[in-house]
Amino acid sequence: MSTRIETEGSSTASTKRSYGPLAGPTRWIDDRIGLAGLAKKQMRKVFPEHWSFMLGEIALYSFVVLLLSGVFLSLWFDPSMVEVEYQGAYAPWRGVHMSTAYASSLDLSFEVRGGLLMRQIHHWAATLFLAAMLVHMLRVFFTGAYRKPRETNWLVGLALLQLGIVEGFAGYSLPDDLLSGTGLRIAEGLMRSIPVVGTYISFFVFGGEFPGSDFIPRIYVAHVLLIPGILLGLITFHMLLLVYNKHTQWPGPGRTNDNVVGYPLLPVYMAKAGGFFFVVFGVTALMGALFQINPVWAFGPYDPSKVTAGSQPDWYMGWLDGALRMMPALEFTVFDWTFSLNVFLPGVALMGLLFGVLAAYPFVEQWVTGDKREHHLLQRPRNAPTRTAFGVAGITAYGLLWISGGNDIIATTFGVDFYTITRTLRILIFVAPVLAFIVTKRICIGLQRQSAETVLHGRESGIIMRSPDGAYSERHVPLAPEAAYALTAHDRPDVAALPPATDHNGVAAPHNRVQHARARLSRFWYADDRQKPTADELEQAHAHGHDDEPAPELDSAQEFQGVNELGLPRRH
Amino acid sequence: MSHDEHRTGEGATEGGTGSHPVGGAASVPAKPVHDGHRVELRVGDPVADPGLGTHEPRPTDIDPAAEKRAERQISLLFAISALLTLGFCVAYFAIPRDTEFAGTNALNLTLGVTLGLALLLIGIGAIQWAKTLMDDHEMVEMRHGSSSSAEDRAEALAAFEQGADESGFGRRSMLRGTLLTSLGVLGLPAVVLLADLGPLPGDDPRKTVWAKGVHVVNDVDGKKLRLDDIQFGQLVNGQPGVFFETEDGEPLYEGTELLNAKAKASVVLVRMVPDEIVNAGSAAKGVEGVLCFSKICPHLGCPISLWEQQTKNLICPCHQSTFDLADGGSVVFGPAKRAVAQLELGLDEEGYLIAMGDFPEPVGPSFPEFYQD
Amino acid sequence: MRALSTHRRHPLAGVLVLLLGLVAVGGLYSALAPRTAQADSAGADAELVAAGRELYLVGCASCHGLNGQGILQSKSGQYGPSLIGVGAAAVDFQVGTGRMPMASNSQQAPRKEPFYDDAETEQLAAFVATEFGPGPAIPGSEYYDIADVSEEEVTRGGEFFLTNCTACHNAVGIGGALGGGRYAPSLEGVEGVHFAEAMITGPQSMPVFSDAVISPEDKRNIYAYLNEVQTQPASGGFALGGVGPVGEGLAGWVAGIGSLVVFAVWIGKHSVRARKP
Repeated sequence: MSTRIETEGSSTASTKRSYGPLAGPTRWIDDRIGLAGLAKKQMRKVFPEHWSFMLGEIALYSFVVLLLSGVFLSLWFDPSMVEVEYQGAYAPWRGVHMSTAYASSLDLSFEVRGGLLMRQIHHWAATLFLAAMLVHMLRVFFTGAYRKPRETNWLVGLALLQLGIVEGFAGYSLPDDLLSGTGLRIAEGLMRSIPVVGTYISFFVFGGEFPGSDFIPRIYVAHVLLIPGILLGLITFHMLLLVYNKHTQWPGPGRTNDNVVGYPLLPVYMAKAGGFFFVVFGVTALMGALFQINPVWAFGPYDPSKVTAGSQPDWYMGWLDGALRMMPALEFTVFDWTFSLNVFLPGVALMGLLFGVLAAYPFVEQWVTGDKREHHLLQRPRNAPTRTAFGVAGITAYGLLWISGGNDIIATTFGVDFYTITRTLRILIFVAPVLAFIVTKRICIGLQRQSAETVLHGRESGIIMRSPDGAYSERHVPLAPEAAYALTAHDRPDVAALPPATDHNGVAAPHNRVQHARARLSRFWYADDRQKPTADELEQAHAHGHDDEPAPELDSAQEFQGVNELGLPRRH
Repeated sequence: MSHDEHRTGEGATEGGTGSHPVGGAASVPAKPVHDGHRVELRVGDPVADPGLGTHEPRPTDIDPAAEKRAERQISLLFAISALLTLGFCVAYFAIPRDTEFAGTNALNLTLGVTLGLALLLIGIGAIQWAKTLMDDHEMVEMRHGSSSSAEDRAEALAAFEQGADESGFGRRSMLRGTLLTSLGVLGLPAVVLLADLGPLPGDDPRKTVWAKGVHVVNDVDGKKLRLDDIQFGQLVNGQPGVFFETEDGEPLYEGTELLNAKAKASVVLVRMVPDEIVNAGSAAKGVEGVLCFSKICPHLGCPISLWEQQTKNLICPCHQSTFDLADGGSVVFGPAKRAVAQLELGLDEEGYLIAMGDFPEPVGPSFPEFYQD
Repeated sequence: MRALSTHRRHPLAGVLVLLLGLVAVGGLYSALAPRTAQADSAGADAELVAAGRELYLVGCASCHGLNGQGILQSKSGQYGPSLIGVGAAAVDFQVGTGRMPMASNSQQAPRKEPFYDDAETEQLAAFVATEFGPGPAIPGSEYYDIADVSEEEVTRGGEFFLTNCTACHNAVGIGGALGGGRYAPSLEGVEGVHFAEAMITGPQSMPVFSDAVISPEDKRNIYAYLNEVQTQPASGGFALGGVGPVGEGLAGWVAGIGSLVVFAVWIGKHSVRARKP
């Protein structure tokens, strides 16, 4: 391979090879399902290369690990709430009455060889599945990859995240240990808080009063069949849309809105992505071997009269639990109907709010900016200061809810009072996101200015020059054209002008109020941005020649190798 | 959208040709940005696209020795992986289930580490292969707009209209109406069929097994309690005595029924020096400073038994609602709205603690009908 | 909290060392007194009581009062609570676990290296039990001798533990938070006698669990279960502090997502290029 002559045609040179052993089977299959046409196109499909494009793959592979380990667990786990007297291998609970579900979880942990490993792999993979979905979503958000034509895929992704949370919570509930039962008890309280119909929902879901004996068999079917089925379907759709729309890429020399530059699926991404699956599985297995997760035997069987200090949900529900802890006591009764807003708002409505805002965001942004074009080039977070600021404000709020969810652990770990933590958070949840928004936006604009400076005057060399009259200045090295291009290859946003108050006949224009709001929002969105330099500015900066010294020669080894995620040239 | 015209012009991309230059604003006419700010003219991009750079070879591309070395290294990774997988199988049979090693279970540790490393090495090997030995010329693929062509769209619409027309769906309003009605009511069975998911709530959330004369006993062993058994500053996790009673050798409550009953009836008994109880009404429901409260949090139903005997505060470990048991279980802090319910206590003729009735209000989390009768 | 209190301890520790010196100089009683398993509060040896009085006056009276009546610092609370009727068990627990003397007037006296040795603790216990009215005696080994506890008894202890203890001390006994900066301490490495004393006397925030409700035998069973969960191997690997999902979530993000992102960066990084010949 290394001796192959490097020409443009080298990648197609292999088509001259004879397909001796493959010709037969290929023909047999193609005669029946005729996939060669599709395979021909897709096998050499190009994917751009960047580390952040692999985050979604972590989620995908974790899902595969979940399916594999879940099938193993289902061979032994018995989702029944029928009471049995435990006589298994874990001595401290021998003779104790418990549900079959909990007993079979103990058997999986102590009697089935590799069962504990698979349980832990399954739980770690779930942790990673949701965490990877979240970071993948953040990557998509902060780079503007959800813009047209990918809004649909953004919505599909959100559905995946929500279903993943429900699926994770269902799994957390299945072993019927003290923690999972406590979680269900809280979930039952959340159902009861739904105005007017809450009690009925709770009775229907639990088949009567909590805890009853129906819930675990019901949630088991949802956990192993219903939700994974939907997840699988949505993931397939997510991937098909990705293939159809082709992956986004970072702007850079030769990388335009009309092409994809990268490596072919076969063989490079088959090896890299396939290899990454093994890496994800390997890391999960190592975590299953080294880090104990959810030691169900230590918590004992669920009993509604027992509880343990440090009763927390898994991390992806932690923010909801934190909101429940943070909420003041707000409950009232109108016309004999009780509204438990102290539970309903943080426990039910907040989830709807978060996902509602996330789902609406691409469309709101599109409306405000009036940008209806297709975008296949990613934006650097600094080049969309308002969006980045919204994102950071959201992360700040989410982080505060997380802290609230672990307030008892934080209280004992750092020796503070959880009442103080909660009171502080009740204020911070309103103040901190606003501050985060302002600070982030200013930082982004500062970085935009810095980028513009770099384009206009070159990058700082670190060499301090002293002029004959004693003035000190830093020598700037002009950017390579590739680097300058990478820094300027993004759109120049339009700020919507205020529409005239009246139309040309002097009559008040009908949509004026909406248009006004839009124009104002557009100004809020963009007005403070430092736009990239114009050609004139660049010419002027060069003409001024404030760097009198000759531009130093670039090291011959520092050949341009594309751009990195910061848009700076990659060098070796 | 009149002020938007310039975009409609360039919006040709929406039509699906997908071809406009990077920084598509280049074609946009000059236009002031914002009155209060610096007026900026849109005169296109300052730097032209220099195009893809030239391909630089890797050491493995030009040095056969380096190539051989890389191939050997990657093969070694795969070979070690295979050995580890075999080690996994050996460990599965060789290590007894309950062997302890370094404070953990030896079997779990060995199986996980061998499997994990075996998988990891395959992954690392494959990636390294791609990075060092597979052809690394960047390829360029052109994009095509996500939409179909205008003709396709028009044809699809025409086909649909033709079909709709041939069916007469638009014209035959009676057919359409009855069909849509029949399809619509099909949604009802989907809901109706679920009615047997659970019984209607009825009075269940309001009642517990507590009744006048039911003994308040110690949880786990069912020991009946006398006043003298309970010291000042003591906490007893209690249950109704009926959970421990049997009839013909069969317990009155067991299995699901017991758990359902426990989820409402669990209590805590505390004893305070009578002077410390600030709520006289609450003190009157107890016996000589022994008070009995529901153990089920009125916020979301977690069992609350963190009683700080110095502050008299009862704290829920789930969401930190804090109740002052010296003040009738009123809320001191946290998301709970209602005080924790109190059970009136009395003594039977033998001096054992009994309940004087059920809780005066439903226990556990609120529900919409909470204050209805 | 612990780190803080260690720092806070420093200034007072000097004073205490000085006191220790004084006690050592006048130490007539301490060296000879052998520790007996039972210190009967009623019939304590007069010699022990006398030695205890010396220690009490020097080390305890400034907060608890000369007559053990407690000293009010302000209207808001006591500087040192009354010791009337607390008994030998409370003294042995507080002093024997190093909680008393307190290093500083904080929310809660933390467990630390004991200041008095066993003999001195016994003298103090004898003194308090004799002079300040009777209270619970130091419990005997029937409360915590788990040498021949059967498997069934461990299980029974587990049920009592989960019903009465885990709400504050956590399912594996690592402790948990209470209100106002107070906490239920970790039960790791707690001596049997101190465990039993805590249940009988209800120190600080902890409520009392009397023998009439939870028998000495059941207390021993609880101790046996506690011992079982704390000595059994962490079957699944490193226990991540035993704090449950918070620790697990942190590990998932840091070790899991962290390491996978490192791999992703490696995959996305351009391979090394050969220098131009």
